[in-house]
Amino acid sequence: MTDAFSDKPVLLTIRGLRIEGRADEQWNEIVKGVDITLRKGEVLGLIGESGAGKSTVGLAAMGFTRDGCRISDGEIDFDGIDLRKASETVRRGLRGGRIAYVAQSAAASFNPAHKLIDQYTEGPVTHGVMSRDEAARDAVELYRRMRLPNPEEIGFRYPHQVSGGQLQRAMTAMAMSCRPDLIVFDEPTTALDVTTQIEVLAAIRDIVEQFDTAAIYITHDLAVVAQMADQIKVLLKGEEVEEADTRTMLSAPREDYTKSLWAVRSHAREEQPPVPAGETPVVSIRNVTAAYGPVPVLHDVSFDIHKRRTVAVVGESGSGKSTTARVITGLLPPLSGEVLFEGEALPADYRQRNKDQLRQAQMIYQMADTALNPKHRIRELVGRPVEFYLGLRGSALTERIRELLHLIELEPDDYIDRLPSELSGGQKQRIGIARALAAEPRFIICDEVTSALDQLVAEGILRLLDRLQTEFDLAYMFITHDLATVRAIADEVVVMKDGRVVEQGPKTQMFTPPHDPYTELLLSSVPEMDPDWLDKLLAERAAGRAGGTVQSADQ
Amino acid sequence: MSTVLSFLTAIGWVLAVLAAGAALGWIFRTVAVAVTPAQTAKTLKTAPLTASFGMAIILIYVAAALLAPVIAPFGEREVMGGEYLPWDEVYWLGTDNLGRDMYTRLLYGARNTVGIAVATTMLAFLLGSVLGLLAATVGGWLDQLLSRIVDVLMAIPALVFALLLLTIVGTSILNMILVIAVIDSTRVFRLARAVAMNIVVMDYIEAAKLRGEGLWRLITREILPNASAPLVAEFGLRFCFVFLSISALSFLGLGIQPPTADWGSMVRENATLITFGDVTPLLPAGAIALLTVAVNFVVDWMLHRASGLKE
Repeated sequence: MTDAFSDKPVLLTIRGLRIEGRADEQWNEIVKGVDITLRKGEVLGLIGESGAGKSTVGLAAMGFTRDGCRISDGEIDFDGIDLRKASETVRRGLRGGRIAYVAQSAAASFNPAHKLIDQYTEGPVTHGVMSRDEAARDAVELYRRMRLPNPEEIGFRYPHQVSGGQLQRAMTAMAMSCRPDLIVFDEPTTALDVTTQIEVLAAIRDIVEQFDTAAIYITHDLAVVAQMADQIKVLLKGEEVEEADTRTMLSAPREDYTKSLWAVRSHAREEQPPVPAGETPVVSIRNVTAAYGPVPVLHDVSFDIHKRRTVAVVGESGSGKSTTARVITGLLPPLSGEVLFEGEALPADYRQRNKDQLRQAQMIYQMADTALNPKHRIRELVGRPVEFYLGLRGSALTERIRELLHLIELEPDDYIDRLPSELSGGQKQRIGIARALAAEPRFIICDEVTSALDQLVAEGILRLLDRLQTEFDLAYMFITHDLATVRAIADEVVVMKDGRVVEQGPKTQMFTPPHDPYTELLLSSVPEMDPDWLDKLLAERAAGRAGGTVQSADQ
Repeated sequence: MSTVLSFLTAIGWVLAVLAAGAALGWIFRTVAVAVTPAQTAKTLKTAPLTASFGMAIILIYVAAALLAPVIAPFGEREVMGGEYLPWDEVYWLGTDNLGRDMYTRLLYGARNTVGIAVATTMLAFLLGSVLGLLAATVGGWLDQLLSRIVDVLMAIPALVFALLLLTIVGTSILNMILVIAVIDSTRVFRLARAVAMNIVVMDYIEAAKLRGEGLWRLITREILPNASAPLVAEFGLRFCFVFLSISALSFLGLGIQPPTADWGSMVRENATLITFGDVTPLLPAGAIALLTVAVNFVVDWMLHRASGLKE
């Protein structure tokens, strides 16, 4: 693939880039000498775990650093302009005009007070590329190319009136408005559902090809980068691990770290023997219908969860997965139907449940950041359920906390007196698990517990959950939109769409055709490592297969 | 020529005061770091000069308030001699309109005015933040009821309302404390409720509720620690306002009653002296201003630490 670009002029050269960040009254190096050469029309994939410095390098390509960071060494040359020496006026002239940026969360990056088209036209008008009317006409054209529904009208909506996937596409269109030479994509699809992700990926790839734009594509998802990039560069803790063209990188990675990234989805739960007939399920959801005020969200949902079994509940956002969890925990009393715990009906409202009923069902949250009280030390976070439910005090309590920390593979002496802010993302999630375990429950709801984590870390969490399940005979309800996670951990799968159960059954049955068309859509939308996967899939969809006949929630 | 000279002198004085302030802050920090235990010393070391200065001033005020009977050369209400005597060796800051020693009364004023202000602010905070957190946590009709009551109270201008209430219940120190505390607690309530509203939607509160924690523990252990930073900042500001309200009420004759020494009424009683170009009546006012500045310096620093902001 490199050969295809070797005759094109070099657009961006970064040499020996070093960036420092300020923390605790001193400067720490966060990017340690990165080189990038990007030719016109080329797409470079930057991958690595969080903290690898991907975004920092991406922003530096625009001559920009976040507050509290500074470029300490190296050179950044964009089309003959030295971005480190250039004045701020020159750099501002380039940004938005010749170099554009697409942020991870379009929802957070659009100004909620202005219509999409007004935000679109701002760039071209400021940079003097087009008049407002020209820009508005151009917006419609680009919206059409980004395959947004109603391209003539969508620009007149406010950001909150448009779905997440559409917003991300509108943002890419906006980045294209001045026809830049370089676009920096910072995890543009990470916050989206798999089904929506396909649309955005296809649209981004098309538009980059059509305008021969060079791009830096930052992501932690290897399968995504395989579809988008011509070259891939792997970063680890601010240093380059290796760089190669996409196919070489996927088929023959040189470094051990890269190989470990590639091997990440290797964990698969062994198949469990079928549940003995007549065994009472730990949790049984019977014909539950629920609503938020007048809006119905769940329709007649029923499924069982047995001891030592993991039931994965999958679906797009808005399909009612988390609402089902809220009904089980008693946060949202259902309109009709009931939740049985070991054959006995639980009171619908959590306030009416007794301490023991509350203890038996625990929950692990998606965002460990908001699920752990930032002012409590680990001793209290993990110790409180022990103290509250089991009545342990003093040294017995400390001993139990240490035991729990051992279980989640954190050294008690190092961690027991830390605050959540002194932990990494994966460690926080482990504390969330320890807190759930501390209550000695029979049943745990895992709400997207790995979706905010890097793949290597997520893998560790899944293995831990798996081990704990066998050790303590737990029943899991695993809410996720990631089918790779389902493959890794589930025994049974429940597919939900629009508040209804579309299909349910053992994992092996779910992953072998024939599928329900919606399941088919979900399954086929999971990116694969094959660089041709997206092309093949789009061709299949066009032919009406691979769930091409089903509408995803985004359309 | 002389205007230029006086201008330069004025600048010289300002610089001298700033330098003295900085020096005071620096000395305080050095001494404090040396005498406090290691953990506190580590924190104090990071204090900026402004905060150190503020802490030094607050400490001086506290000392003056506590030790007033010991340090003061005369009695609080003792009439010493001539009225409006100038500054000399016996009466360091002269005497007031009844011939009482100004310096003595300033010291006792610290005790009365600051003591009452601290008590009032604390009461206002206790009332306001407990009710505010309760309203946010419980929500529903309790929130509606409390919030509407607070709206009604806030609709009436604070000073007018205070005057009205004091006329009804009668002027005494206790009544004044209660009246100002109730009026000021409405402001605290609004803040505490707004801050807590953002906290009660967090997952860790949901987790605590699902664990079956009681209301009191939810408020004190889960919500309050996360709401404390803005509340502390508000405490500093509110303290200054309370201080000013007390002084204003005293100035109007409804606050602390003579012959109790109080900075607000001291300004009023000696106001005539200003006409003669004497700065003595401004000293109690200056004492109020200095404390206000000092408290806010310290609060700024605490807020900075709590928010984890980088410069």
